Amino acid sequence: MNIFITILKRDLLLAIRHRAELLNPMLFFVLVIVLFQLGMRAKPAVLVTLAPAIVWIAALLSALLSLDHMFRSDMEDGALEQMIISTQPTSLLVLAKILAHWIITGLPVTLIAPILGLMLGLTGDASLILFFTLLIGTPILSAIGSIGVALTVGLRRGSVLLSILVLPLYVPVLIFASQTVNTFMAGYPIFASLSVLMAMLVLSLSLSPWASSAALRMSVS
Amino acid sequence: MYRWFHQLGSPPTFYKWSGQWLPWLTFVCITLFVVGLYGGLVYAPADYLQKDSFRIIYVHVPAAWMSMFVYVVMAFSGAIALIWHIKLSEIMMLSSASIGASFTFIALITGSIWGKPTWGTWWEWGDARLLSELLLLFLYIGIIGLYSAIEDKRKAAEAVSILALVGIVNIPIIHYSVIFLNTLHQGPTVSKFDSPSIETSMLIPLLIMALAFKLFYIIVLLMRSRNELLWRERRSQWVRNIIKGTGNV
Repeated sequence: MNIFITILKRDLLLAIRHRAELLNPMLFFVLVIVLFQLGMRAKPAVLVTLAPAIVWIAALLSALLSLDHMFRSDMEDGALEQMIISTQPTSLLVLAKILAHWIITGLPVTLIAPILGLMLGLTGDASLILFFTLLIGTPILSAIGSIGVALTVGLRRGSVLLSILVLPLYVPVLIFASQTVNTFMAGYPIFASLSVLMAMLVLSLSLSPWASSAALRMSVS
Repeated sequence: MYRWFHQLGSPPTFYKWSGQWLPWLTFVCITLFVVGLYGGLVYAPADYLQKDSFRIIYVHVPAAWMSMFVYVVMAFSGAIALIWHIKLSEIMMLSSASIGASFTFIALITGSIWGKPTWGTWWEWGDARLLSELLLLFLYIGIIGLYSAIEDKRKAAEAVSILALVGIVNIPIIHYSVIFLNTLHQGPTVSKFDSPSIETSMLIPLLIMALAFKLFYIIVLLMRSRNELLWRERRSQWVRNIIKGTGNV
């Protein structure tokens, strides 16, 4: 358990030292949503139906953009290698990295999303539901993404490949999360689809550290 | 039995055996294709609703079945490669990837051609199977892309094995999440074995074609694996013997 807390603290401290990087994913998220609206000029009635999908796609892209930081800098200065050859389990290390990545990128996006939801014309309640789907869903993005990053971190230019590897795996999250908000707006109960999202969260958090640590050992060796 | 399996895992034995099997497999495969195509295109009656356009089923459905089957084969041989580091299963997995991608592509194209007269549209975003097939194609492309991006091929095979295993966990989730959206595709016609909603004279050619597709996959897989094997083992003695024509493997 020690390594988990140590890595988490270290990553968060590193993030606080680089405040600009801390803001980037959130700014990117806001910008993508603004661009959507500028490109479409949709009427408010149409915009409301599109809003959950727009917010979620923006969240997905900003998670994708920041994924590469998860292991890259540690790989370059050799810290990652030391962490892997240490006696501590690598999967715990990966879990700490996933959590740190979520706190740095997923959480700010989740916190600002209800405001953007309101700007896109969602009602207060719908924005709240949107917030909850993001709260459950963004850690899944970090967890699944960690596998993709671990596979491509050894490559010089892995970022395009990373998006091809990771985006198809993000599809279920996108579908269930945006459908949850849409179902809520149509006035139906949403407990079932929220439960599925939570199941995905548990599944991805428990399985992806294993896959990622296998991939990391491959990338570093 | 176990010993035979073990021997088959060694490259020279595999090369010899597969060389002996290939002509027979090819013969059976071509026969099945001829019988199945005749049965499907001539013998089977036209559908009362879709007329002759339904006959594309004899290419579309086997290709779609194979696209999923090949992924499963790939994931299993990936697992074997990860656990026991058997070189041959690495090669099998990598050779499967592009074959599977082609099957998926064929299934998509024929599905789209079939969709035009039947549904009145080339592409229907609301359909679950179409979308999961498309996502399957992306998974295949990701695997091929990852393999070609990593220079060290042993390492690349390991990476691809991990990715294939991650993919096989995700495919059911992706499939059911896409079903969760509304669907337009006709329900399964063949998998309901007790009372299939397809006429027997239409069904039999379909099954023959499915078998022919499976054999075709095995043949291409063997040919590609032999090729890859020769290239990887190009510095070893048994490959030199083959190239020199002394033949004794």
